[in-house]
Amino acid sequence: MLVFLLPSAIPLALFVLGPMVAAAWISLTEWNLLAPATWVGLDNYAKLLTDPGTADVFLHTAMYIVGYLPLVYVGGLAIALALNTALRGRTLLRGVYFLPVITSWIVVALVWRWLLNPSNGVVNTVLGFFGIEGPGWWSDPAWAMPSIILASAWKDVGFVMVILLAGLQAIDPELVDAARVDGAGWWRRLFSVTLPLLSPATFFVVVISLINGFQVFDQVYAMTGGGPGGASQVVVQQIYDLTFRYGSAGEASALSWLLFLVILAVTVVQIRGQRRWVNYG
Amino acid sequence: MADATTDTRTEPTTARRSPAARAALTRSVLLHVVMVLGALAMFFPFYWTLVASFSPGTGLSSTPRIVPDDPGLDAYVQLFSEVPFARVVANSVLLATVTTLVQLFTSATAAYAFSRLPFPGRTIVFGVYLATMMIPLQVLVVPLFAEFRAFGLVDTYLGALLPTFAAAFGIFLLRQAMNQVPVELDEAAAIDGAGHFRIFWTVVLPNIRPALATLAVFAFMGSWNSFLWPLVVLRSPELQTLPVALAGLQGQYTTEWDVVMAGSVISILPMLAIYLFAQKYVIQGVANTGLK
Repeated sequence: MLVFLLPSAIPLALFVLGPMVAAAWISLTEWNLLAPATWVGLDNYAKLLTDPGTADVFLHTAMYIVGYLPLVYVGGLAIALALNTALRGRTLLRGVYFLPVITSWIVVALVWRWLLNPSNGVVNTVLGFFGIEGPGWWSDPAWAMPSIILASAWKDVGFVMVILLAGLQAIDPELVDAARVDGAGWWRRLFSVTLPLLSPATFFVVVISLINGFQVFDQVYAMTGGGPGGASQVVVQQIYDLTFRYGSAGEASALSWLLFLVILAVTVVQIRGQRRWVNYG
Repeated sequence: MADATTDTRTEPTTARRSPAARAALTRSVLLHVVMVLGALAMFFPFYWTLVASFSPGTGLSSTPRIVPDDPGLDAYVQLFSEVPFARVVANSVLLATVTTLVQLFTSATAAYAFSRLPFPGRTIVFGVYLATMMIPLQVLVVPLFAEFRAFGLVDTYLGALLPTFAAAFGIFLLRQAMNQVPVELDEAAAIDGAGHFRIFWTVVLPNIRPALATLAVFAFMGSWNSFLWPLVVLRSPELQTLPVALAGLQGQYTTEWDVVMAGSVISILPMLAIYLFAQKYVIQGVANTGLK
């Protein structure tokens, strides 16, 4: 038994569980990665909880989630519903919509930074044809986060689509037909039959999207670096900066533990709340 | 997208065909048009990346055309001559290949233990394994960096590789697949005198090939696209991986978008090839995780 378990148990213990415990200890020290760490107790947590900057990075992360989640869910659902009908070239279309999922976040961020270039990017050029003056996108504090959200939704909509499509295909078509016979229109069938039956897939999408949303980093790092002027500084970017730019590894570990606790709390609340709306037939 | 089609359904019609049939046809045509336009919009950033990479001098003042006027490979030449880019590509290939092979091994053995070997505390150990999926990498970065520095692993391939050697996702995926393989097959082999190693190798593994393919694609993709840990642990330019080097390019060539886009094309192509080849396994893998 051990022979089969050890190849995975050793790396998980050394590179996940061990560091997880170590992070808790580091979060109770002041440490710049170089000089020996000094014990400061809960000072890092106290500092974080009173620093308005902490509220800012959580607020920006929340803004990201609030913008991103409805966009990928509604977009993914619309595509999945369309692909679940008798459509020619379904496999090809599904393949194209899924394509951005296999691309790295860095490439997505770079390509969108280029598409959304304020001076000569293709998006503003096209808007210009219609006489609309495009915004400054990532160079404008007000538009930096919407730019990140747009790029992220483009990348992830195909992932959501595939999960919802699998959920739709598991629904018994007779139930939808029965509603049609009873005279229910398209919207009525969607809201009263399809969506309740799709709720397990929706639940999965929401749980995963929130876990990933709180950890948003790669695309922020490459698109704005948290700027301009900190307008898109998210939690993980802050952890990275605290560690490698400001030499506050202790504070960074405290912030990462706060983030973990927030993710854990949000996930537990969702799992406990699922009975109210998730329908496991 | 779907709402556009619903509106047409109620529109009155004067055609010779029956109104219902005509409305259904309109709806179908409209849906096809919308979906194809949507797919083109989704694909456009890829196309634009490709065009920009073949349009020399694309920068602050010029925007490429839909069809490049004067296509050239200048950006690619510049990329490989000024940055150790061939080395960067080789690094990514090496790390992704090793990660994939090791993860297949550690996931398959662990999945076999959880699927076939009853041992005390199995449920609890499996629970701990699953819980590691919820721990964000960001929490681990600082202590991992300190740990690896103490052992001289910073700025080495091994340092980049070690944390990827075991992943709960793969173990979970393969365990699900192994649970579908009938235990009677094991028993038949056991009667013939096969031990666990032979049952594992000759009975269970050949029966979960699709799941192994799915895991291989995901492990490769995860490594190929990973950013935060390689960014932290690989410091010298000649050890960097593609995503890290690309992020660096952007700072270096802020005005030369053709070079940055050429790098992006090179980063996308291998994944695209794997995707075209194994599309079924990728999409099935995602669909299954949602249905668990």
